[in-house]
Amino acid sequence: MNLIFKLEPISSGGSTLLGYIGIDTIIEQMRKKTMKTGFDFNIMVVGHSGLGKSTLVNTLFKSQVSRRSAGWARDEKIPKTVEIKAVSHVIEEGGVKMKLTVVDTPGFGDQINNDNCWEPISKYINEQYEKFLKEEVNITRKKRIPDTRVHCCLYFISPTGHSLRQLDTEFMKRLSHSVNIIPVIAKADTLTIEERQEFKQRVRKELEMSGIEFYPQKEFDDDMEDKSDNDKIREAMPFAVVGSDKEYQVNGKRVLGRKTAWGIVEVENPNHCEFAQLRDFLIRSHLQDLKEVTHNIHYETYRAKRLNENGGLHPISSADTQESNL
Amino acid sequence: MASSDVARQPDKGVRSLSLAGHVGFDSLPDQLVNKSICQGFCFNILCIGETGIGKSTLMDTLFNTNFENFESSHFEPQVKLRAQTYDLQESNVRLRLTVVNTVGFGDQMNKQESYQPVVDYIDRQFESYLQEELKIKRSLHNYHDSRVHACLYFISPSGHSLKSLDLVTMKKLDSKVNIIPVIAKADTISKSELHKFKIKIMSELVSNGVQIYQFPLDDETVAKVNTTMNGHLPFAVVGSTEEVAVGNKMVKARQYPWGVVQVENENHCDFVKLREMLICVNMEDLREQTHTRHYELYRRCKLEELGFKDTDSECKPVSLQQTYEAKRQEFLVELQKREDEMRQMFVQRVKDKEAELKEAERELQSRFEQLKRLHAEEKAALEEKKRLLDDDQSSFGKRKAAAQLLQAQSLTANGKKDKDRKNSGFM
Repeated sequence: MNLIFKLEPISSGGSTLLGYIGIDTIIEQMRKKTMKTGFDFNIMVVGHSGLGKSTLVNTLFKSQVSRRSAGWARDEKIPKTVEIKAVSHVIEEGGVKMKLTVVDTPGFGDQINNDNCWEPISKYINEQYEKFLKEEVNITRKKRIPDTRVHCCLYFISPTGHSLRQLDTEFMKRLSHSVNIIPVIAKADTLTIEERQEFKQRVRKELEMSGIEFYPQKEFDDDMEDKSDNDKIREAMPFAVVGSDKEYQVNGKRVLGRKTAWGIVEVENPNHCEFAQLRDFLIRSHLQDLKEVTHNIHYETYRAKRLNENGGLHPISSADTQESNL
Repeated sequence: MASSDVARQPDKGVRSLSLAGHVGFDSLPDQLVNKSICQGFCFNILCIGETGIGKSTLMDTLFNTNFENFESSHFEPQVKLRAQTYDLQESNVRLRLTVVNTVGFGDQMNKQESYQPVVDYIDRQFESYLQEELKIKRSLHNYHDSRVHACLYFISPSGHSLKSLDLVTMKKLDSKVNIIPVIAKADTISKSELHKFKIKIMSELVSNGVQIYQFPLDDETVAKVNTTMNGHLPFAVVGSTEEVAVGNKMVKARQYPWGVVQVENENHCDFVKLREMLICVNMEDLREQTHTRHYELYRRCKLEELGFKDTDSECKPVSLQQTYEAKRQEFLVELQKREDEMRQMFVQRVKDKEAELKEAERELQSRFEQLKRLHAEEKAALEEKKRLLDDDQSSFGKRKAAAQLLQAQSLTANGKKDKDRKNSGFM
């Protein structure tokens, strides 16, 4: 994805002098500055347990970034209410440093009664906006406000092959206006290609009928080029993905995959699943855009609402999200 | 706000992980840069200098175009600022350049207030950005940034030292904008004089505590060139848009009978250095400094002026919103008071008007009574007259009747008398 910037001389009135000023060097200047400061990215994964959320995130970022691997026991009991657990790591690639925070939501959708299980999640998201807002309105403020706002929420849909569940639509309906939601179909290797296509179509139609605007939202398309690029992506969503952190030999190459008795599911093979598409979309082309939509739109909406509240300031109580008593 | 339920590793303990393969987020700077290209860039330069010192020419030379400018007169009564905005494009980078020139700077007899319009202009740009930032519904990413990013201060090439006007103005501006002093019309100074002049200027700036913009040294790739350049400040520049043939090339130059001063020749003047530093190396840093240092300072001062604080008298943190709330309450109370006052005034006026009207009514009533009385009197008088008349009439009638009767009687009596006479006459 390296772009080459052509420096063309501007001719000035017929002289043979190179009228080059150097304005386009600002790109390099900007690039250097941003590489020095580094980037933050916060991704949240939501879905009931066993859908492979942690594995997928590890596969996306090719390292053990999710909480499962940060020293938490693999066979924890399912918590009684939804918990929010955030884990941060610094990863570097090509001189670019990124502080990646993965926010996990164990307990979501696992209870018998799942009423309002989105509330702790919604509260967490708003708490991050609140933190940022408080920093922003300080008189003396930090040079770089630490950004803990959730830039992207991957919502894992269970591959039933039938349709969305009520919990899915309820969650997405409520949260699509405060955070960028990217629905993915988890464990896609349980569906055949035809079943997958049908399922996707049905899911897309249901999302449309419920009025759920998932990322990339139609209303935020900047121009025609953007719109056509994003239309293609929207047509292909939700991506049906498979995650894995194990490598196997296939055709002489080492690939990430899942080994079964009937073959090896290659994670990065576009014929097998849409992981590569998700990764390209999420990381290689739209990462910055996710952050910008969060900052320019979702955060601004939250801020406007907050500043409009009369007699504004009941402090947000953090009493609701409970630690589970195991 | 303790979100203690969110298990978070502290920042210092954030582990670094190595990647097992190519993920692809190294394209992040490109993604960011692409977005910026789509939006375009803004750059605002303020040129301060006496009339005729070569500000517009230098801008033309720097940006290789002919900005429309016209010579200003030397008789301006006050310093004014003239801002012009241009859209430039080079390869795929669009730059919205605003050049602000002072008009009439240094021309007045009394130059004590000369710096004020400049300071006011800079503050106005900060203010409008602050206003936008404080709005409830705002669009900062679309906002056309008009804050001054760089200030070129043109020093007159006297060869001796800075003028007091220069020192005073620069001192007022150094905490508000990035000042880059330049020696204008540098082709009037010889090399040795120039060297001494530069040293004199820099020492005067230092001894007066004027903080000019230092090219940043934190990035290794540019630290070296920036350090060298910092040593050449202030840049001695020559501007020209005319071209002269030198050798077999046409170059921007000024032609004198004794030689040709080439603008882009580093032996002749520091123009190339200025262009390099201002545009090619540090443009982004200038913008960043303006935003993170000068603007933040302005914002802090302005908000403190308005009474906002981060900590109240007990040194407990006070959020902006609490202060805002308090002010809002104050304002509401004030409003309420005024409303009450107005209401009272209104009630009073109504009472007065009512009293007036009642008075008028009473007056009318009494007049009515009066008139009625008059009318009754007149009527009574008339009645009286009528009665008299009637009486007269009836008495006249009676008299007339009596007279007639008498006449009739007397006629018959006469007749009888006549008859009698007649009768008596016969006897």
